Amino acid sequence: MNPKRKQRLLIVLFIVVGVGVAVGLTLFALNQNINLFYSPSQIAEGEAPQGTRIRAGGMVVDGSVQRSTESLAVSFDITDYDKVVRVEYTGILPDLFREGQGIVAQGELDSRGVLQAVEVLAKHDENYMPPEVAEALEKAGKMPKPAGQEFNK
Amino acid sequence: MIPELGQYALILTACLAVLLGTIPMIGATVGNALWCSYARPLAIAMFGFVLFSFLCLSWSFLQSDFSVAYVASNSNTALPWYYRLSAVWGGHEGSLLLWLLILTGWTLAVALKSGNLPEDIQARVLSVMGLITIGFTLFILFTSSPFERYLPRIPEQGADLNPLLQDIGLIMHPPMLYMGYVGFSVAFAFAIAALLSGRLDTAWARWSRPWTVVAWAFLTLGIALGSWWAYYELGWGGWWFWDPVENASLMPWLIGTALVHSLAVTEKRGVFKSWTVLLAIFAFSLSLLGTFLVRSGVLTSVHAFASDPDRGFFILALLAISIGGSLLLYAIKASHVKSESSFGLLSRESFMLINNVLLTVCCATVLLGTLYPLLVDALNLGKISVGPPYFNALFVPLGSLLVLTMGVGVLLRWKQTSLQLLIGQLWLPGVLAVLAGALSLYLLPYWPGFWVSAGLLLAWWVVFTGGRDLANRMRNKSAGLSALLGQSRAYYGMVLAHGGIAVLVVGIALVSTFSEHSDLRMEPGDRKQFYDYEFVFDGIRKVDGPNFHSDTGVIRVLYQGEPYTEMYPEKRLYTARGNVMTEAAIDPGLFRDLYVALGESLGGDAWAVRVQYKPFVRWLWLGGLMMTIGGLLAATDPRYRKQARRDLAGA
Repeated sequence: MNPKRKQRLLIVLFIVVGVGVAVGLTLFALNQNINLFYSPSQIAEGEAPQGTRIRAGGMVVDGSVQRSTESLAVSFDITDYDKVVRVEYTGILPDLFREGQGIVAQGELDSRGVLQAVEVLAKHDENYMPPEVAEALEKAGKMPKPAGQEFNK
Repeated sequence: MIPELGQYALILTACLAVLLGTIPMIGATVGNALWCSYARPLAIAMFGFVLFSFLCLSWSFLQSDFSVAYVASNSNTALPWYYRLSAVWGGHEGSLLLWLLILTGWTLAVALKSGNLPEDIQARVLSVMGLITIGFTLFILFTSSPFERYLPRIPEQGADLNPLLQDIGLIMHPPMLYMGYVGFSVAFAFAIAALLSGRLDTAWARWSRPWTVVAWAFLTLGIALGSWWAYYELGWGGWWFWDPVENASLMPWLIGTALVHSLAVTEKRGVFKSWTVLLAIFAFSLSLLGTFLVRSGVLTSVHAFASDPDRGFFILALLAISIGGSLLLYAIKASHVKSESSFGLLSRESFMLINNVLLTVCCATVLLGTLYPLLVDALNLGKISVGPPYFNALFVPLGSLLVLTMGVGVLLRWKQTSLQLLIGQLWLPGVLAVLAGALSLYLLPYWPGFWVSAGLLLAWWVVFTGGRDLANRMRNKSAGLSALLGQSRAYYGMVLAHGGIAVLVVGIALVSTFSEHSDLRMEPGDRKQFYDYEFVFDGIRKVDGPNFHSDTGVIRVLYQGEPYTEMYPEKRLYTARGNVMTEAAIDPGLFRDLYVALGESLGGDAWAVRVQYKPFVRWLWLGGLMMTIGGLLAATDPRYRKQARRDLAGA
């Protein structure tokens, strides 16, 4: 091998190794930080892991919201109209949070099967349903027909 | 009648775009000067019709013509006139029309400003812009016309503009962002024209450089405005969420930044040509991808309008055609490109290359994090989301490395720099940066951790290496002050933009470490202390606005025990749709913001209140603004016009 080719080979090897390491680290970081989505039915059937960050979504059950009188702690039930999961959260709920609204909560399941949420998301359009929630509802065959759809085709 | 005229104008636009996309292109290929000369008048007419169409839609909004479905779903008679006007781009259909208006606007600008380009290049560039216009006009006409009517059942009242969007930030954010997105189509058109004509030379780089820099500056401003808007409007004081839609705008920005630098090298040194072309193609493709992600409804996001799958397929097809076509062209043509010079390992060229590689890697990680959930979903492997820790874990080290090499690159010479000279240049800024960084850390309330300290140090590093560069330039001139003022506008632009990066880094580092934040249950008389500030809740009063009712909280702020100001965060109920909205109260300052937002009523006189102390948060947008102004300064450097005249004389 002449010196020029040798130099090129070194450069190519360097690039390949560098890219390999970078891709490896990236995928590792990615794997550490993905949050899987579970529907209330899946959680109730024990498919969701405890102690890792997950996302869960469903409709907030009417009349289930309970507030503490001392602090910002709040708890409520979410459902896919099949099974129900209890969610506990401390903090300010989003503007569009209300009973009957589709929400997504992010947090960890505790040993009682209650989702300890660190974040509650409700989207900024009252007819909008998070796609995950919509699919979960559809799977359970409980997709409601939202009212007032004529303005949101 | 007016909406039908608007629709008709759009159809005519499509016809003109077909003409513009074919005739000048054929003319340039076969060498027919007459056919080439059709490009400019066609471009001008095309813009005229789109503008007319846009005005028709604006008129329908001002008149509250609720027989038009789009107006009915995005406006309301109670809306003030300026929000009715900005509601034009408050939804999917109208924002696409705005996109089209800006696209033809850029085409018009190229037509008017490129009189000094060779005829065939000009014809090809405009023709490529015409091809892009065909795609978007057809997209609007077939899947998302804003002029569709509700007949015969005309609603008496409109559904109102989403209250989140009733805001100055929304009036400005989409147009600026689109100016950037669409602006990359010009860089793309120049690249395609250069590939087609086989003339990938330094002249090409010089022509497309100012256009690219302007587009980049607008994109920077658009992203900064979006971040600012999210900060004060979404009510929880975040400024970047790694939301897929934000990522969609960040990706073209990263590649655009790489492109701006790579174009500089191509123009000055005649190397990296095919790489530059590839970046131009990617920058525009990522803009298209961003549009696809936002408009197809595949994402869960603040920005995703309820939408139907046809739109997604249409944009996907558009994406496939433009990316596939341009990459094919690239594969065929780019192999003939030869570099005009060589460079050594320690040279500005190689550091620009490092900059480009790092930016591209950043972009790839964002792309991966954004598309991975979609991919997993498409393969039915489950629903996942990628959290901010992923992006932070990769961006912080990559960004630090980028800023570190930026300081070195500024001081390197083109072609080759000896190590000895480089060390001679770098040691003083290095020592100063360490000293200044240590002093900054000493002034902070506590040790902020490795990466934040590194960020502060690097910000100083950028400042001092930039200062060293300026000192070098002044030493060669006789009088100091005239040398300071006598540099080129492009140079000031660069200094300002790099300074903007330093300011941004300081902002990110400090606001993400030293922010204080707490959610409280407050009854009248309750207090909360952050550093020197004490917040006292004085209760709620009822206020009525033009189209909303509001519960306004009264918060007294004490600074070191003395009365300082009063803040009025609001909870608004917009009556048209029954939407509830949080309006945060912010006391802005260069070194800290006080941020108070009202949560929900907890019964009795108690309310949930979010109180935040945000140090240096303004520096984020100040940095963005500096980069924008820097970009605009550089793009308007008189050198481009002078050089263009010289090219013309030589040709």
